[in-house]
Amino acid sequence: METLILIKSVLLIIPIVLLLLLLLPARRWRLPMAVVAGVVLAFALSASLPSGILAYSVSFAIMGCVYALLTLGLNIQWGYTGHLNFGVAGFFAVGAFTSALMTVEAPTGIAAQYTQMAFGLGLPFLVGVAAAALVSAVVAFLVAVPVLRLRMDFLAIATIGVAEIIRLIFQNERWLANGPQPLRGIPQPLRCLVETQGCGWLPPWTTTVLEPLTPRDYPLFYLTIISLFVAGAYLLMERACRSPWGRMLRAVRDEEASAAMNGKPITYVRIQSFVVGAVIMGIAGALYAHYTVTIDYSHFHALFATFLVWVMLMLGGSGNNRGAIIGGFIVWGVWSGTAFLANAIEPLLALIADDLPRRAAYFRWLLVALLLAAIVLFRPQGLIREEKRVSRYLRE
Amino acid sequence: MDISQEPDRAPVKRDKRLGERVRDVVQTRAFLLVSIAVVFVALLVLARFQGVSGERLLSLAAWGIMLGGIIGLGSIGLTLVYGVLKFPNFSHGALVTLGAYFTFAFLAWLPQSEPLRPLSFGWEFPVALVLSMPLVGLVAVAVDRAVYRRLRRQNAHLVLFAMASLAMAFFLRSIIYIAWGPDFHFYFPGRANPALELPLNIRVRADQLFILVLALMLMLGVYVLLERTRIGKAMRATADNPELAQVRGINTERVIAWTWLLGGALAAAGGTMYGLSSQLRPEMGFWLLLPMFAAAIMGGIGNPYGALAGALIIGITHQVSTAFLDPTYGPAVAFVLMVIVLLVRPQGLFGRGGG
Repeated sequence: METLILIKSVLLIIPIVLLLLLLLPARRWRLPMAVVAGVVLAFALSASLPSGILAYSVSFAIMGCVYALLTLGLNIQWGYTGHLNFGVAGFFAVGAFTSALMTVEAPTGIAAQYTQMAFGLGLPFLVGVAAAALVSAVVAFLVAVPVLRLRMDFLAIATIGVAEIIRLIFQNERWLANGPQPLRGIPQPLRCLVETQGCGWLPPWTTTVLEPLTPRDYPLFYLTIISLFVAGAYLLMERACRSPWGRMLRAVRDEEASAAMNGKPITYVRIQSFVVGAVIMGIAGALYAHYTVTIDYSHFHALFATFLVWVMLMLGGSGNNRGAIIGGFIVWGVWSGTAFLANAIEPLLALIADDLPRRAAYFRWLLVALLLAAIVLFRPQGLIREEKRVSRYLRE
Repeated sequence: MDISQEPDRAPVKRDKRLGERVRDVVQTRAFLLVSIAVVFVALLVLARFQGVSGERLLSLAAWGIMLGGIIGLGSIGLTLVYGVLKFPNFSHGALVTLGAYFTFAFLAWLPQSEPLRPLSFGWEFPVALVLSMPLVGLVAVAVDRAVYRRLRRQNAHLVLFAMASLAMAFFLRSIIYIAWGPDFHFYFPGRANPALELPLNIRVRADQLFILVLALMLMLGVYVLLERTRIGKAMRATADNPELAQVRGINTERVIAWTWLLGGALAAAGGTMYGLSSQLRPEMGFWLLLPMFAAAIMGGIGNPYGALAGALIIGITHQVSTAFLDPTYGPAVAFVLMVIVLLVRPQGLFGRGGG
């Protein structure tokens, strides 16, 4: 039992340190502080929390990371360039299905009658993620080229349409990804670590060390993987947004005419940032698919995959990558928390009308919609506003 | 580098380069019409290739006109709001759904009468429609007062309006879900409405003819309102040039309120007719949103007659495509037409410039 807690704590260290690095202010003591506090917290949490609550928090954090990636992708589009992308769900779906089609092995025999799919190459996880990034980049490019030459509001209409059409394709086309039926059996990276026979390509001592883990503990590994992805995307975006390229994006957003006068190719710059954002969304989709194992078209509803992401970014602060991630976690927390709220008000609703308790879930939509309207009305800059300083060589 | 060395650097008249000439040709109204016609003919040829009979195509085209009327009613409100307030209103689809469900609620409340054969409904249906139209208009005005007017006062950026309208779309939709649930509803469940045989072997239901006639009457009403009344003229003037309209003493806030009222009422009519022709679903307005936007863009934003023309084109193309395509791909057909318009002539069929 003791070794199990020890292994869990070690696995929790990386995500918790990364979270602390995100939350602590940028001082010299941030890194040592985060590492020390992260190790202490990881041991304290895995020792004190009951395993059920720990498992719930881990799955909560993984979905939070998926949404954080989506929000980061939207931030480069909306926050830094001002694109109104109302079709986040489309790129999310493209990423998820691409990675699934690349990594799942095509079914044979009787199973082939129940699961129809194209590709089914059985490639490794990282290849699937790369393919997801590539395909959603291509889709984004094809959307951006005709639309981004024009007024910016057309992009909102076009993307909402593209997302709907992508969802329709995955709903109707049986040959592509099993049509309306779910696509099952998406492989999970490093899954073999928690299986009894262990990974063949790792030295045998790993199997002995990880002996006490059961397949139920697998999300701990996935949390580490996905938090590294989020950290990587965050660092990359921060670097990009502080580079000349990021300054150019903001210039195109705020002062289109003077950016053009300084020789910046406006349309090309806009297409670039749209594609970069879509790549991150595609990666988020791939990571989501490998986490849930089973996906179908209904997972990519505009509410869960577009609207919530917008609320997250607007709450966290558009134009601020830290704010985007924090907003993602907060709104995901609110959304998950309101599920309990909906359960709690059910008896109350039963007093008003018989049908209402079954519809309690829709009060969550109502709440989130009002939240977005309130942010737009009263605090459009979000919790953490955009840093106006664009270069460290400039004085404040 | 001395500029005077090249006197012909900035000539008044210059021969156009080939690319510019091509663009001049491509951006004309005629070229757009031709490209839409090409898409349409391609659909017809594909349908014939798949062995669809000519009579069926004619019937589909007749239904397409009806669907175009429904989309047109929705897109008139959309294009007027787009013209007057300059932002794409994503909650317009929710207004369409709300109108359909309000009619449904009034029908339950009104006394039932005998169906007016060959129509499938009695007198209570038009009454319910007439009651629900101004109600949805008032909802639209209330949303404007609660959200968009505050944003106007803050001089907010237009994208914030679009985002607020997305929030309102989900707000209204969640209210519909809470009030009526996620299940399908019918205005008159289980009531038969056999198709009539018209000349040329066109098979249309009487309800569909009613929808067409009602749509035409409402269009006529919109025409009279916009062309003959003071408020209609003020509306068109504000859509055209808000500053100039204000300078000429037009009360913009009042015009905006009337625009929402008109747009909401027409959306309610469109939603009710859509509900009569198929069934009521909470997502129905969202599915109509893309065709409505496509019609508004095709007709030129702010131009209600253009939106109507665009809606008819989209409605007919959509229905003809169902001869061999899954009907759920309707939004995709509208989307393809919209992309063609954006590529060829972004100002739309009746927009200014380009010839």
